[in-house]
Amino acid sequence: MSKKIILMQGNEACVEGALAAGMRFFAGYPITPSTEIAEISAEKLPKLGGKFIQMEDEIASMGAIIGASLTGFKSMTATSGPGFSLKQENIGFACLAEIPCVVVNVQRGGPSTGLPTLPAQGDVMQTRWGTHGDHPIIVISPSSVREVYDMTIRAFNLSEKYRVPCILLMDEVVAHMREKVELPEQSSIDIINRKYLNPSMSVYKPYMDYDGDGIPPMMNFGDGLPYHVTGLIHDISGFPSTNADVSKDLLNRLMSKIYNNLDDILEYENIYTEDAETVIVSFGSTARSVHRAVYLLRQEGFKVGMLRLKTIWPFAHKAIKKLKQTPVRNLLVAEMNFGQLLETVKASAEGAFRTYGLNKYNGELITPQEVINKVREVAKHA
Amino acid sequence: MRKELQKYFRNDKLPHIWCPGCGHGIITGAVVRAIDNLKLNQSKVCIVSGIGCSSRAPGYMNFNTLHTTHGRALAFATGIKMANPDLKILVLTGDGDCSAIGGNHFIHAARRNIDITTIVFNNSIYGMTGGQYSPMTPKAAFATTAPYGNIDRNFDLCKLAQSAGATYVARGTVFHVPQLIKLIEKALKHKGFSLLDVVDICPTYFGRRNKMSSPIAMMNKIREMSVTVRSASKMSEEELSGKIVIGEFHEERVPEYTEEYAKVIEKAQGGN
Repeated sequence: MSKKIILMQGNEACVEGALAAGMRFFAGYPITPSTEIAEISAEKLPKLGGKFIQMEDEIASMGAIIGASLTGFKSMTATSGPGFSLKQENIGFACLAEIPCVVVNVQRGGPSTGLPTLPAQGDVMQTRWGTHGDHPIIVISPSSVREVYDMTIRAFNLSEKYRVPCILLMDEVVAHMREKVELPEQSSIDIINRKYLNPSMSVYKPYMDYDGDGIPPMMNFGDGLPYHVTGLIHDISGFPSTNADVSKDLLNRLMSKIYNNLDDILEYENIYTEDAETVIVSFGSTARSVHRAVYLLRQEGFKVGMLRLKTIWPFAHKAIKKLKQTPVRNLLVAEMNFGQLLETVKASAEGAFRTYGLNKYNGELITPQEVINKVREVAKHA
Repeated sequence: MRKELQKYFRNDKLPHIWCPGCGHGIITGAVVRAIDNLKLNQSKVCIVSGIGCSSRAPGYMNFNTLHTTHGRALAFATGIKMANPDLKILVLTGDGDCSAIGGNHFIHAARRNIDITTIVFNNSIYGMTGGQYSPMTPKAAFATTAPYGNIDRNFDLCKLAQSAGATYVARGTVFHVPQLIKLIEKALKHKGFSLLDVVDICPTYFGRRNKMSSPIAMMNKIREMSVTVRSASKMSEEELSGKIVIGEFHEERVPEYTEEYAKVIEKAQGGN
């Protein structure tokens, strides 16, 4: 079998991954630096019999993908900071009504219109808590073009499996850089589809935990049995309720379907952490500079390693916990923001490590040299 | 209720939450009667709503029903219709839900001419939140947020829809029920975006503040003020002031959006 190696852009890899995962519906709105995802979807989806629609705004495109998902279509939208803010209300709807969908957020400098063409990682907290109320969500973040492809597939798989919106958190650099990639054969890709109800049932309770795993099976609109979906707190039949036990049980199930499955959901990569004294925590394009810095520092004899988070939310507390059994003394969190992830890492460290932030928020990437300088500075304190 | 209409309701979810004298039940009843008259396949009908008193209607109706976020029903409905054009889609919405927070979705759904029937429960007030003025509240009327009288001008929803591109536009009222049922049937049979503005009453919040707390008085006012499209065409602007013009305003055959997209698919696949 001949290997097919292609030069590909991150946003392009996102669409290729989505199509491989089974995406057949995309609704979007133009915004830099995610626009290519809409453009390529508009071209490729109809070729596969799928549907593309450019909606009147970001709010509408989020609503449209939820509607399409209810008819059984794997659906996606893509945006950047300002648009991601607008989508929050309907992201909350998808969390509560448990509608699978994938939302790509290609981060750019903020706040507000900010730096539309430049990278940032300032949406870490918004991806977790952007919509109101307690809610579950899964956020994953790729560092390379090939990983954009793989993680877009994973975003669909997680979303379908757990009936939860999954956010693919990219940044402008990962989205716009071009790398050589070798894409896998479609037949070698693991695809997860949502659970459907046994069609022989005569009554469908859309939020009944039939299988005891906290994930109710779905049924498509138009497949036969009528049912109701609402953004109000609802009972297992899907109808509104203000009963205290119903509210508590629903929120508990929504949370536990995610938090009972952390081993499946959390992914992270440890590089040279076994004997490291300083571990740099990073994600997205920043992790590329960190990786290079770790390589160069190791050549100088620095005992340094990297913990790269692939799953951002839920946070991988277990990855930090594991470091407590190693010689690590310092944690350095490198991110293109004021230290959004740092606070969570500090809480997770529970005082077991000295924690430092390496933060840049001027629209420029953190360079390997900046990481090297910071590690040297941290080593002096130690 | 006629026995054959029972199957269209979720009887265990009744009684409804609406106030005594509210017109929403009349419109809901007219919708299921129109669906029954047309013998639509119940499992292929999808009813979508936003937020507000009227948007609770789908919860009582035994179809595929989706109660979405405020103003967004048409956005969700567009996704459903695009994904599965075989479904018959109705959007039930209030005047605030449709013309204020949902105004952008409203004009763009009309512009696309996507096959969705939008029925506006137009009672000129935000009822669920206790009587604030909406874009449909007449000038000088009172509301909790217009204690000195409303200075906003109100929309004419039918003109708005037609100029945005809706291909079937009509107005009915909760007083003229047989006509309302016929208009809903026409809207449902129409291929493309249809808008039905239904003049409705809210005795609790609009009526009380505007010296019409009795539902009967409000119904009588609708009867007195209504003129048909045909009669209106012979009346001067002065004579039409304060009148409710009812009937069909506009109907045209224009390519429907999902049918146009089917052609896109054909073109894209032919290009392979």
